[in-house]
Amino acid sequence: MYKIVRKKELNPSVTLMEVEAPFIAKKAKAGQFIIFRVDEMGERVPLTIAGYDREAGTVTIIFQKVGFSTNALGALNEGDYIRDFVGPLGKPTPVEGKKKVCVVGGGVGCAIALPSAAGFKEAGAEVTVIVGFRSKDIVILEEEFKAVADRMILMTDDGSYGRHGLVTQPLQELLEAGETFDEVLAIGPVPMMKFVCKTTEPYGIHTSVSLNPIMIDGTGMCGGCRVTVGGETKFACVDGPEFDGHKVDFAELMSRNNTYRDREAEVSKTHTCRMEAMGKALIK
Amino acid sequence: MANMSLKKVPMPEQDPKVRARNFKEVTLGYTAEQAVEEAGRCLSCKNPKCVEGCPVNVRIPEFIKKVQEGDFKAAYEIITSTNALPALSGRVCPQETQCEARCVRGIKGEPVAIGRLERFVADWYRENVNEMPKPVPSNGIKVAVVGSGPAGMTCASDLAGKGYQVSMFEALHTAGGVLVYGIPEFRLPKTIVANEITKLQAQGVEVMTNMVIGRVLTIDELFEMGYKAVFVGSGAGLPMFMNIPGESLKGVMSANEYLTRTNLMKAYTEEADTPVIRSKAVAVVGGGNVAMDAARCAMRLGAEKVYIVYRRGEAEMPARLEEQHHAKEEGIEFKTLCNPVEIVGDETGRVCGMKCIRMELGEPDASGRRRPIAVPDSEFMLDVDTVIMSLGTSPNPLIRSTTPGLDTNRKGCLIVDENEMTTRQGVFAGGDAVTGAATVILAMGAGKKGAASIDKFLQENK
Repeated sequence: MYKIVRKKELNPSVTLMEVEAPFIAKKAKAGQFIIFRVDEMGERVPLTIAGYDREAGTVTIIFQKVGFSTNALGALNEGDYIRDFVGPLGKPTPVEGKKKVCVVGGGVGCAIALPSAAGFKEAGAEVTVIVGFRSKDIVILEEEFKAVADRMILMTDDGSYGRHGLVTQPLQELLEAGETFDEVLAIGPVPMMKFVCKTTEPYGIHTSVSLNPIMIDGTGMCGGCRVTVGGETKFACVDGPEFDGHKVDFAELMSRNNTYRDREAEVSKTHTCRMEAMGKALIK
Repeated sequence: MANMSLKKVPMPEQDPKVRARNFKEVTLGYTAEQAVEEAGRCLSCKNPKCVEGCPVNVRIPEFIKKVQEGDFKAAYEIITSTNALPALSGRVCPQETQCEARCVRGIKGEPVAIGRLERFVADWYRENVNEMPKPVPSNGIKVAVVGSGPAGMTCASDLAGKGYQVSMFEALHTAGGVLVYGIPEFRLPKTIVANEITKLQAQGVEVMTNMVIGRVLTIDELFEMGYKAVFVGSGAGLPMFMNIPGESLKGVMSANEYLTRTNLMKAYTEEADTPVIRSKAVAVVGGGNVAMDAARCAMRLGAEKVYIVYRRGEAEMPARLEEQHHAKEEGIEFKTLCNPVEIVGDETGRVCGMKCIRMELGEPDASGRRRPIAVPDSEFMLDVDTVIMSLGTSPNPLIRSTTPGLDTNRKGCLIVDENEMTTRQGVFAGGDAVTGAATVILAMGAGKKGAASIDKFLQENK
């Protein structure tokens, strides 16, 4: 059992929790993930680590209440216990040896982009951060990003805060203006990561994405999290979660992530993803 | 006078039509009367070949004699003097190729039902006595066991019995390894596995779940923490796929995924949050015990049609005969000499069929089995909505990639010497991590040998 020592609602649907897990806190690195299970009949759900305190022995997770299990987790309070909490899983973000990087975060993905941005900064890189949110009321971690970024650009889809538009817009402008990066790291919704990759591809800039496929054991046993990268089958839990975004088969990932969303599949017949459409218009 | 019946006393089992739709145990086990009757068939050979056929050398004629006398407790004590987990091995061992294959009664007629008797004794003890073992006085020496499957459990039990302070690390949330995530409830009830774990704890073994060794702690860190030896029984790893078109469609998964969802996550129950695909028609590709388990789970999860698709013939199938027999009884259709070439999807990316090609057997290959060769122009479509790949696994890279000096073979399996010691001093290994996918009893044998070698190593290096 793992105790929740702090809980904070970052916005109406996004929650931060600090969980007592000394073994994990000691080892965790940016880019790695944990798997939680709320109770005895719960699912195993992966969440990328948003932070850790090695001294206090706590691990920070930031999650959006989107499904049954994240809502169940969100219903717990400070002092409550999570049944299972295992990690750190996956490979850390390779932060070493980069001079100039751009970290792009979208929505709740910003929570996990932050430790990687901080990691790059700590390793001596000049860090540009571009974060995007749907609107002002769901902006998270603005101050935290400012603290690690040499340059910070905040976007909202509706223009209610920061600049109006998608994250790919300022990225495209920077690249067009001749800016170069050793590495672009994109973490957010799959369509966003896909279009960030499309934006950087013509410039030949290495672009990593942090993937979130369906996962069960998370330890390299079931193959549920397999993704196709450069034509090869990779397992996100042991080979990832970060991969070369220019080689990832995003269409397959999106399709496979829908495997158990029967009801949502019905909805998607009449619904075209807003980000997909906007991204397409922009790339044109 | 021995019972000279040529046949084993039959073991009661659930009716195939009924059991094909529930997850309760298929075989119900002998009653005391049936066990005594079957025990009477043993001739108590002076030179018992059956014992040689057992990877953990259970003193078979001795325990069977006690069964015949009705002293089941004594029988249990004889078995557990060499086999810590008889309720498991009595159920899942391939007795027909081990102890029972050597039984003289098998020359004319059926061999003595050694497996069924072992199971009876273990179940009788659990239901009537279930005395928890007492911890032996500690010698203060710490040993780490990585993995809580059959190899790890056996190793931990033997070491604890010698007074070592054992910590057993499990990556998943429940201890038991493949006995919990892989082998289905209807072949091995999970309460039995849990009881064995409780017994280990009673012996003083510290069971630590949610510990992925190689990530949260490395082998070197275990030594730094004061463990004087490590046994790696981390089991099989990443599932293999065929690399044919369509394997990324929704509805294609590994047998490990299907079984983990169904067994470990209990997706067959209403209460579980973990989903599992409810299929109409399922093709399980492969011919091993895992394939049989997956196919039989699919039937129980409500599929109308379940096929085993295997590229060689039925005679070449690696699955135990009993498993094949049970699967067929439950209505699973065997498509042998048949190999998938493509999985076909609909417009939503879901599986809607599997294209197969017929095969014929040619000359024997490196494995000694006749090599399957495709018959030209013999393709046909199998109408399925789910495809489960049960083609074996390759070892998990987490431990070998984080432990310097730990050598592996070409396939990635840990290399050990005749004492189960790896190329790292003080690190021992056994089970599927060493052999690649094999049986529960071989893993138990390796765990037992590993424990004896660790004991010897630690006594010599005091």
